[in-house]
Amino acid sequence: MPAEDPFAGVPPEPGCAKLNPIMTMSGITRVFGGLKAVDVEHLEIQRGAITGLIGPNGAGKTTLFNLLTGFDRPNSGTWTFEGRPLNRLAAHRVARRGVVRTFQLTKALAKMTVLDNMRLGATGQTGESFFGALFTRWGRQERAVTEKAWELLVRFRLDAKADDLAGSLSGGQRKLLEMARALMMDPTVVMLDEPMAGVNPALTQTLLGHVKSLRDDDMTVLFVEHDMDVIRDISDWVVVMAQGSVIAEGPPEALSSNKAVVDAYLGVHHDRALEFDADGNPVGETAELVTEMESVERGPDTARDGRS
Amino acid sequence: MIDFSALLTNGIAQLVGTSAVFFALLAIGLNIHFGYTGLLNFGQIGFALVGGYGMGIAVANFGLPLWGGVLVGLGCGVVLALLLGIPTLRLRADYLAIVTIAASEILRLITRSTSLTNFTGGTQGLTGYGGAFTAANPFGQPRYSFFGVTFLRGELWAICVGWTVVALSVLLVWLLVRSPWGRVLRAIREDEDAARALGKNVFAYKMQALILGGVFGALGGICYALSVQSLTPDFYSPPQTFFAYAALILGGAGRVLGPVIGAMIFWFLVSVIDGLLRQATAGDQPVITFIDSIDVGAIRFVLVGLSLGLLMVFRPQGIFGNRREVQLDAR
Repeated sequence: MPAEDPFAGVPPEPGCAKLNPIMTMSGITRVFGGLKAVDVEHLEIQRGAITGLIGPNGAGKTTLFNLLTGFDRPNSGTWTFEGRPLNRLAAHRVARRGVVRTFQLTKALAKMTVLDNMRLGATGQTGESFFGALFTRWGRQERAVTEKAWELLVRFRLDAKADDLAGSLSGGQRKLLEMARALMMDPTVVMLDEPMAGVNPALTQTLLGHVKSLRDDDMTVLFVEHDMDVIRDISDWVVVMAQGSVIAEGPPEALSSNKAVVDAYLGVHHDRALEFDADGNPVGETAELVTEMESVERGPDTARDGRS
Repeated sequence: MIDFSALLTNGIAQLVGTSAVFFALLAIGLNIHFGYTGLLNFGQIGFALVGGYGMGIAVANFGLPLWGGVLVGLGCGVVLALLLGIPTLRLRADYLAIVTIAASEILRLITRSTSLTNFTGGTQGLTGYGGAFTAANPFGQPRYSFFGVTFLRGELWAICVGWTVVALSVLLVWLLVRSPWGRVLRAIREDEDAARALGKNVFAYKMQALILGGVFGALGGICYALSVQSLTPDFYSPPQTFFAYAALILGGAGRVLGPVIGAMIFWFLVSVIDGLLRQATAGDQPVITFIDSIDVGAIRFVLVGLSLGLLMVFRPQGIFGNRREVQLDAR
């Protein structure tokens, strides 16, 4: 945590205003068929902090990521980045503005070398346009890009793998490569979708260190994660989503005591004892609960009977 | 008995012949599409058709000079790429495949329709556009012989021009794919979304690749139309695209020289197998009795397919391919 707490005096409630927000979202909805996958009324992301985004499976975290980075279109809603609207921008334009993401299933470019993966990340390369490739001297820029790539590869301990094909890397190394490649763009906001998923515990610590170092380099980090220990370890602020909406916000220490969070993860009835009679049928309060749950499952009209 | 020296000279004539030039240019285009960008273009022959007919119609019907006709032919390739690319390149890869193969058949059926005979020559074909090309032939003698391989003077001229075009095309492809531009294409082949997340305008790159590869296809059509001096619609049928794919995969996709060497070897193989079968089934006492000599035309492609199958088993990366890359797919 930086010397001055950037969250001092911020009330831990959903949609609260931050002292220095870098991203502000309002009224974002995304509907898939009849399902409201994302329904975020208001959310602000603090500049220069690590914000963790958590929630049970299907809470809409990745969908929100896709919307924010232009990989999906919302049904409604606006969001701004550094005061300028970011919605309706194509994914590559969002990235060029400085909001760079990684993916839950790593997208290492398998049949390219690790070094080429890195070089691809650099922005503003004149040799990347068709005529620029033929008629400009892009060699000098290429050397600068390569030098920067090497520095990052050394920092992420991938320098020994520079000439290997990215497809030959292990799962954890691919996560490292993807993060390093995102840094080639000099991003302002780094959005990491489950950076620790499928990574062995030893490498998790390394990855955590790298995520923290992003904040030390004045970047804003927004990341999705399931592992509570990871969340508690590195995030400065936690946003909890369930069924598409933000249900809680606050510092990580306050999470486990938040009733809404516990209910979202474990269910509303998690602390009630279940009672059965000798035949195994539910009795008393448990029987009421079962009736309640079955009616919810069947839905309001029981036209499609015989399927329960 | 079988005359092996005749087989070899015929094979070499095909190795450097105008068919090899034609398929080399088609395959160079497909290499940009499929080998570098991952675009599935199954209608490359359509680009050759608009190239050849664009030039032929411009010169024969509108009296343009030959260089003007060539520019019209290349322009037709660009327009076809735009027409096919704008609706499909934002969609998944298979949509482009469906649309391109359909478009190439539509183009062939339009050019052979009798209502357009005055314009395209219909099924009788189009001639009368190659006068300037023949007149520019610097070779004076009727025929030339190199190491026992004989070429007619027109053929030799077409071969010289054709291979010059191939060499320049290869040079252009080499310059492009070693540049950061080529790196973005390969990234799109590997994962479009990753390229997008790194700020690359994927649609624009795919469009550029489709146009470039299509122009190589049109160039192939132009070279072939000039060398045979007539355009017949049924030559531009879908199997030709797949011969070009065979040449590309044989040589190694995603390698600069792969499509050229692949096309040469493909036509060498076709010629040698064809000659071998013809000699073995001909005469009073044929070596092979169970194949009739009229079936040879079909059976040679069965054998070519078999050889390609064996190549894929023992050398899946093609002649120039990188074994490391292919092994990644096997995991």
